[in-house]
Amino acid sequence: MSIGPAWYLGLAAVLFAIGAIGVLVRRNVLVMFMCIELMLNAANLTFVTFSRVLGDIGGQSLVFFVLVVAAAEVVVGLGIVVAIFRRRKSTTADDLHVLKG
Amino acid sequence: MSHSPGFPYLTFLVLFPAGGAAAVAILGAFSQVRRVVLEGLAIAVSVVVLGFAIGVAVLFRTGDAGYQFGSNHVWAQGLGIHWQLGTDGISLFLVLMAAVLFPIALAGARTRADARSFLAWMLLLEAACIGSFLSLDLILFFFFFELTLVPSYFLISGWGHARRAYAAVKFFLYTFVGSAFLLVGILVVAFLHQHQTGVLTFSLPALMHTHFSSTTEILLFVAFTAAFAIKAPLFPFHTWSPDAYAEAPTGGSMVLSGVLAKLGTYGILRFDLNLFPQATVDFVPIILTLAVIGIIYGAIVACAQRDLKRLVAYSSLAQMGFIALGTFALTTQSVTGGVLLMLNHGLVTAALFLLIGWIYERRQTWQVTELRGLQSPAPVMAAAFTVVMLASIGLPGLNGFVSEFLVLSGTFLTHRWWAVVATAGVVFAALYLLWAYQQVFHGRVDLANAGTRDLSMAERLVIAPLILAIVFLGIYPKPVLDRITPSVNRLIAQVESSTHTQQPVVARAGVAGATAAAKGGK
Amino acid sequence: MLHAAFLMPLLPLAGFVVLLAVGRRVGDPWAGWIGTVAVAGSFAAACVTLIGLVHQPATARELTCSVSCGTGAASHAFFTWIPVGGLQVKAAILLDPLSMTMCVFVTGVSMLIHLYSIGYMQRDRDYSKFFVYLNLFVFSMLVLVLANNFLVTFVGWEGVGVCSYWLVSFWFHRDSAASAGKKAFIYNRVGDVGFLIAVFLIFSKTGTLTYLEVFAHRHLLAGGGAATAAVLLLFLAATGKSAQIPLFNWLPDAMEGPTPVSALIHAATMVTAGVYLLCRANPLLAMSSAGMWVIAVIGGVTAFVAATIACTQQDIKKGLAFSTVSQIGYMVLAVGTGAYVAAIFLMVAHAFYKGLLFLGAGSVIHGLEDEQDMKRMGALRRWMPWTFGTFLFAWLAIAAVPPFSGFWAKGDILSNVYAKNLPLYALALLTAFLTAYYMSRIFYLTFTGKARWQEPAPDGSPAHHKPHESPWVMRLPLVVLAFCAVFAGLIDLPWAHSVSLAAWLDPVFGNRLFDSHQSASVQIALAVADGVVAVAALLVAWGLWRRRVDRPELEPDFLQRVWYWDNLYDAVIGRPGQVMARTFATVVDARVIDGAVNGTAALVRSTAARVRRLQTGFVRNYVLGVALGLVAILVFMVSRSWS
Repeated sequence: MSIGPAWYLGLAAVLFAIGAIGVLVRRNVLVMFMCIELMLNAANLTFVTFSRVLGDIGGQSLVFFVLVVAAAEVVVGLGIVVAIFRRRKSTTADDLHVLKG
Repeated sequence: MSHSPGFPYLTFLVLFPAGGAAAVAILGAFSQVRRVVLEGLAIAVSVVVLGFAIGVAVLFRTGDAGYQFGSNHVWAQGLGIHWQLGTDGISLFLVLMAAVLFPIALAGARTRADARSFLAWMLLLEAACIGSFLSLDLILFFFFFELTLVPSYFLISGWGHARRAYAAVKFFLYTFVGSAFLLVGILVVAFLHQHQTGVLTFSLPALMHTHFSSTTEILLFVAFTAAFAIKAPLFPFHTWSPDAYAEAPTGGSMVLSGVLAKLGTYGILRFDLNLFPQATVDFVPIILTLAVIGIIYGAIVACAQRDLKRLVAYSSLAQMGFIALGTFALTTQSVTGGVLLMLNHGLVTAALFLLIGWIYERRQTWQVTELRGLQSPAPVMAAAFTVVMLASIGLPGLNGFVSEFLVLSGTFLTHRWWAVVATAGVVFAALYLLWAYQQVFHGRVDLANAGTRDLSMAERLVIAPLILAIVFLGIYPKPVLDRITPSVNRLIAQVESSTHTQQPVVARAGVAGATAAAKGGK
Repeated sequence: MLHAAFLMPLLPLAGFVVLLAVGRRVGDPWAGWIGTVAVAGSFAAACVTLIGLVHQPATARELTCSVSCGTGAASHAFFTWIPVGGLQVKAAILLDPLSMTMCVFVTGVSMLIHLYSIGYMQRDRDYSKFFVYLNLFVFSMLVLVLANNFLVTFVGWEGVGVCSYWLVSFWFHRDSAASAGKKAFIYNRVGDVGFLIAVFLIFSKTGTLTYLEVFAHRHLLAGGGAATAAVLLLFLAATGKSAQIPLFNWLPDAMEGPTPVSALIHAATMVTAGVYLLCRANPLLAMSSAGMWVIAVIGGVTAFVAATIACTQQDIKKGLAFSTVSQIGYMVLAVGTGAYVAAIFLMVAHAFYKGLLFLGAGSVIHGLEDEQDMKRMGALRRWMPWTFGTFLFAWLAIAAVPPFSGFWAKGDILSNVYAKNLPLYALALLTAFLTAYYMSRIFYLTFTGKARWQEPAPDGSPAHHKPHESPWVMRLPLVVLAFCAVFAGLIDLPWAHSVSLAAWLDPVFGNRLFDSHQSASVQIALAVADGVVAVAALLVAWGLWRRRVDRPELEPDFLQRVWYWDNLYDAVIGRPGQVMARTFATVVDARVIDGAVNGTAALVRSTAARVRRLQTGFVRNYVLGVALGLVAILVFMVSRSWS
């Protein structure tokens, strides 16, 4: 039995779902970050799958953009997290609601 | 466009005060520069502007109805925005008035705190006001029109009185709402014009020939007029003005009521009548009615005020009603009178606010109940106040009468009953101003008021030009009228040709016209 | 010689400017002399101009009228005042017999009263300011009468009004004076509305405001009631300035001003401006019989009402003020019956004798240290012989005792009214009786009887010192005016119409002059009736007031309080007006209009307050929102593609 595109897409969907649920239910900012990375990589996997299926190199090149953006985001995001941690000695997302309307 | 001398007078008039504002702001950053220097610099800048404005008025060719001193440079090519300036008989004297009032406001109404920012904001406001009066490009006009808000806001909120924050926010938001309509209107006009001709431009002379369907024209007229009616202010959009005028510092009140308010009525005259003649004619009864209500209503409410500044604010409302009345009656006399009244009202109201500001400096109040018998300790101030008050009442021989008479006699030609009701407004003006004068200056002076200082020599010199102008324009308004009338005639002819209406022949031809009309009628 | 006309207004203007500049420095009494000399120069110029005009034949006098506004008028126009399109208003003067008559007596009386004021205002704190105002007043009055068009007349009209305001509230530290000045100005302002609307109407119909052009094109006003409207509007203006019903009650209050002001402005000159205006507009009046009728009735009724009130006043100046209202009522009645010459005749005679009465009253007040209550006067004959003697002539003149000037002037009016309308004649004759009665009452109370000023007043104020006669600068004007009051009748004797005022004014009033067509016997009978009435009233008053001062039955509250006229205005206009103003300010403006504005702001704010609860600040809530949104979009897209 060969592993067709459906398997990859299924894996991507599962990864994405895990990521999404993780962002929703976890309180730790670092874990939430990892979940976001998970979702981004699920998207990357989808891109690569369809690139292969459709024979279009565009999908694969887009993955590089996503990787760069994700890296940049992690840099900025982790910087913020470190700054917050220094201040409040905790990285629980629910404690951070000063932007409440 | 016909007359462009080598030197770009108008561009200079706009940019010089703006540069002056920057200079004051930068110079003031050095702490060793003393405030006298800054004040001197600001006054010098505004006096230079006045000198150039007078130069423009002298070089202005009487009898030429078109735009003079034109200057036209591309600003944003792809967007069709130009730095297009020009002046005609309608804007000339408004620029001159602004140029007169700013040095007087700067010299007469010194501020205690933070002179640097105050002076810089005032000069920037001057640049924006003069820019608005001179712009012939709609986007440029809108730019300056909006730019006036910023310095005004900071002047009110920074140097105002007890309720300044409320007044400043109300002033800003209220006028800003109107401006939103204006911007949409401007864009629609330009895009419709582009649709018809393929050229994207915001130049007023070009857009004048745009054709609108009647509904579009009415909607556009409403959008433009909303902005201008709020700015003027016209009844019932006036409620920001008593707050703003009363809470602003003296210099702010002077230019807010004297110059800024004229942007509204000027905008109506310049843009509504040129761009939407048919809608203007259609709206005449409604606006005239609102104007007359404003005249009577402003006067009645003024009668109930106990606060001198609010009293003047409501009297301004009545005066703005007269200007609107004259503008929309659409006869040579009434429109000319309206333009002249813009000038006269600017001078008179600024003088009133200046005098009231001086009273406040001495007594720390402008409640009439706390002032009494000031004529004994301060006879010169009382004399100055009397002259200005009588000009506001419309005493012949002073400037207010000429404009008021022209507005009313012109209105009577086309809209008799509106003119009759508005004429009753002259009684009210006497009612509240004489009452206020009696409360403040007459009667036996009490202990608190007995020590009131009379005007110092410097103050007399500051108020003297205004009083001279008030008297001169009352006795010999001919030089001004001769320059305003041709432009007004052109404007009316433009409205008439696009709407197939006619002002009564008397307005143009006098007794000969009346005789001919009577013969034709028989 | 006609060019001297320019000096007439310019000299008082020059006096005004000079006094404004240096008046305070030169002070008492030189400021007064500067003002007096300026007006005297004006009077001289008026006389020279008058002689110049008299020396022209009657046809040329009419020419003078037309030249001044025709093409060759350059020499008569100072400058163009308001030129806008079809409206061309020039600052120009019109010389004709009417304006010259006015000028001569205005400048003459003004000169005398200036002279009088030098003495009267002595030691006043604002001595020079008084003459500043007074010179400006004379200038304005001359502008009013000399103007060649309605609008420049209006300039003078308002100019005298504002001078009256300043002079009435001259002693501004007194609240009553300040209020009286304001009241005078506002009442006049109501009349001015009429003037302005009349001007608008005339301009809209004829396209011009120049008198002679308007009159030449007066047919344009015919039809549609325009002429009647214009006449009634001008008359409204006249009721304000000339203190007629319904705007008459500012004049008594205006007596708060210094007495020379009352004499000059509120008796001799300004208050007759309304009559002058109506006479000036006589060609328009001729087009509206309804308008004339209204004018005649109002004039007659005012004369009567004011006379009844004058019978009961205690304050000598108030009594004279109501007498002025009544006398002007006579003039208006004359105008309404078309007897313009008679109106002008009475105006001139009245200027002399009423000016004299006020100056005499001023002399009395001056002598008694500002006492104005007649019940505290009496027997002044002995202490103030000059004042007494001149006042005597003025009294006889106003009472219309033959052969003093009032007899001829009033007789002229009465015979014209008799020919026109009998009920009005009866009313006017009754008023003539009242006039003679109240003037006699004033005279007896002041100059005869007991010296009541020697006793303390009932209200406790102490007795006065011995009164003193006034200095010569005050006595000289009294004597000159007394001379005029006696002999002014000579200018228009009934049997000499061809060489008199009537002939002189003929170019102005022309054939519109009402010709009574009465036989000589009727005229004589009417004259005898006038004389008998006057003498009878004198005798009645002699019996009633020579010895007694206290007759409450003759001084009912109703009349003392001016027929409750002020109370009526206060109740109908004043108080409701105040309530309305307060309602507008506190309810309509603050709650309704500003309420709508602030309401909009509040609506935005409350909406925002509710919407902001969505912003919990919890990241997972936002993410849930994103996720749900994503799902919704997906569902939408899928359902679209499958259906």
